[in-house]
Amino acid sequence: MHLSSPAKKLIVIFILFLGALFISLPQKIPFFGREVVRPNLDIKIGRFEIKKSFDLRLGLDLAGGSHLVFEADTSKISSDKMKDAVVSLKEVVEKRVNLFGISEPVVQTSSFGGKERIIVELPGIQNTQQAAELIGRTAQLVFAEVSEATSSGELKITDLTGADLERAAVDFDQTTGKPVVALQFTKEGGGKFEKITEKNIGKAVAILLDTEIISAPIVQEKISGGNAIISGDFTTEEVKKLVIQLNAGALPLPIGLVEERVVQATLGTESVAQSVKAGLVGLTMVLAFMVLSYGRLGVVSAVGLIIFGILTLALYKLIPVVLTLPGIAGFLLSVGMAVDSNILIFERFKEEKGKRPVADALEVSFGRAWDSIRDANIATLVTAFILANPFDWDFLHTSGPVRGFAITLALGVAISLFTGIVVSRNLLRVFVREKKA
Amino acid sequence: MNWMKYRIVYFLISATVIGAGIFAYLKWGLSLGIDFKGGALIEYQVGKDFSTEEAIKKIENPSIEVHSIQKAGENTYLIRTNPLNPSYRENIRVVLNELTGEDAQELRFENVGPSIGPDLIKKTIYAIAIASSAILLWVAFQFKSFKFGVSAVLAMLHDSLVLLGSFAILGHFFGVEIDFLFVTAMLTILSFSVHDTIVVYDRVRETRKKVGGSTIEMANMAISQTMVRSLNNSFTIIFMLVALILLGGTTVKWFAVALLIGTISGTYSSPFVAVPLLVVWEELQRKIKRA
Repeated sequence: MHLSSPAKKLIVIFILFLGALFISLPQKIPFFGREVVRPNLDIKIGRFEIKKSFDLRLGLDLAGGSHLVFEADTSKISSDKMKDAVVSLKEVVEKRVNLFGISEPVVQTSSFGGKERIIVELPGIQNTQQAAELIGRTAQLVFAEVSEATSSGELKITDLTGADLERAAVDFDQTTGKPVVALQFTKEGGGKFEKITEKNIGKAVAILLDTEIISAPIVQEKISGGNAIISGDFTTEEVKKLVIQLNAGALPLPIGLVEERVVQATLGTESVAQSVKAGLVGLTMVLAFMVLSYGRLGVVSAVGLIIFGILTLALYKLIPVVLTLPGIAGFLLSVGMAVDSNILIFERFKEEKGKRPVADALEVSFGRAWDSIRDANIATLVTAFILANPFDWDFLHTSGPVRGFAITLALGVAISLFTGIVVSRNLLRVFVREKKA
Repeated sequence: MNWMKYRIVYFLISATVIGAGIFAYLKWGLSLGIDFKGGALIEYQVGKDFSTEEAIKKIENPSIEVHSIQKAGENTYLIRTNPLNPSYRENIRVVLNELTGEDAQELRFENVGPSIGPDLIKKTIYAIAIASSAILLWVAFQFKSFKFGVSAVLAMLHDSLVLLGSFAILGHFFGVEIDFLFVTAMLTILSFSVHDTIVVYDRVRETRKKVGGSTIEMANMAISQTMVRSLNNSFTIIFMLVALILLGGTTVKWFAVALLIGTISGTYSSPFVAVPLLVVWEELQRKIKRA
């Protein structure tokens, strides 16, 4: 059996379509009362391991979570030290967020117009107040001697600080059962601590967190070994937070919350349902419109559009693209634009049909329409590129919604070029030839 | 068809629409959302309806200033206030609980400080400037003429002005606010507008190569040949957007409206602004040369 080249290409496209369909479908599909479950990809070749679950990643506005923006107070730092301070600021915030135990948090910095900002995205977290306190507190720990020269008990700050900590942990006082913070100093820090306790036997040593005294125990004896305990009037929650902050280290710059956005998961689920419904209704209208306006040609473009939808969804899962509400809008808009190349070609075909045989007219239409399709889509891609800001240029938008929209729009345009040109062209070639025979 | 015969009419239509927008802008201004001027936006789900006036009275105190309470859907309300101190967030919920006798659920909470807005405006202006110059250069390069590039960008700015003016009007009558998503819609419309314009220009380019003739003749031909395509393509986009407006939920509703206005304006501006501009430009050029 001899297969023409367009037919061969169609077979390749069909296989691609099946692969994309496999990825696009939900993982569990009810099938005649039973549930079909797609296995996750888990390939091991020697030392290489490929693991993919093909789940759609949803952004904060769809899955629920919080988006926090902090602004650093840079007034007390010289500009030459700024860059390092911001880098280490990000590191400390990242550590704190990770120690907090949230899956897939995002920590970004943004520098614009002399303002240094930290953007933190916490999926699944609704209590922003708690998160903001955890992240935003400078948590500078210092030890101070209490001078007895004055009756008010003036503080003399020592060189022992939070930077001398090896690690902090949650512990409980064995007699009172109250939560306490157990400190373990580094070797050097242990030495400093030993000296301070030796000097202050019978006197109080104050422990300050961000200039606030959190505990001022009386030293009973010289403590060597580098272990200490901060006991105070803490709740377990507070101790946990403090431990995370101490382990992550103090913020090199004080920061303040300037923007917060929280979405409940229930609202996100509703948004997804509404978007899917809107998408299906819109898609049906577009398909019906194409078939009514262009007849059999319209059917071809409808097939192309369905392939477009499946391929796009598969790519979202493969890349993966974090899908947000504006992102879905971008996708739906690109569906509307995807048929444009078909419409251009079909309108051209109507003109050319009278002038030459059908198969030739088809090829000519594709050729002629290509110039405008290329030029027009590149213009759209340029805009999408600027909106998506892939190089993180500080003078453009760096945050979620605009970006999510631009990425899905750009992907939509790129894939629609493929389905509009390659897929429908080969479909039409086979279709037209068979009609002739 | 001699489309270009009525070019004065097209310019008048555009001038009227943009004029109305500018009038609305000067009279009422744009109602900026919290993304631009700072403030809090909270969406609550409550057990039953309540009197918004009473709620405002009970919520307001020296630190909380309620800008508006809107019913957003069945049993959901949007409350807008000045930027909130975290400790006052709970205050509002307690008032709602009192009024409805049931637990109010916070669906969405957005609190933006006043320092975010100015940066957002600057970044948007940069994005529009960069996108416009990139498109101008691309069109000028592909059509080997500066005229094409400038006319396309002018048509694009026409669409932005129409959109901005429409939202000044919508803002006054329906309380629609300009937010982050509006900016996205505006930038998308820039690209849609030029997409459509390029398709018409492409026909002018092709006719010029094959047949030649006066600019007016070529323009008329190009518009006739692309009219059905332009309308059909816009219809498919409009179908998707109308579905989004009606079914897509409150968050994207006005975003979709912005895109819809932009799509309609973008479809109009390609044959009736971008091409006439080209024709007028060439006429002026000829007159200057003759003089």
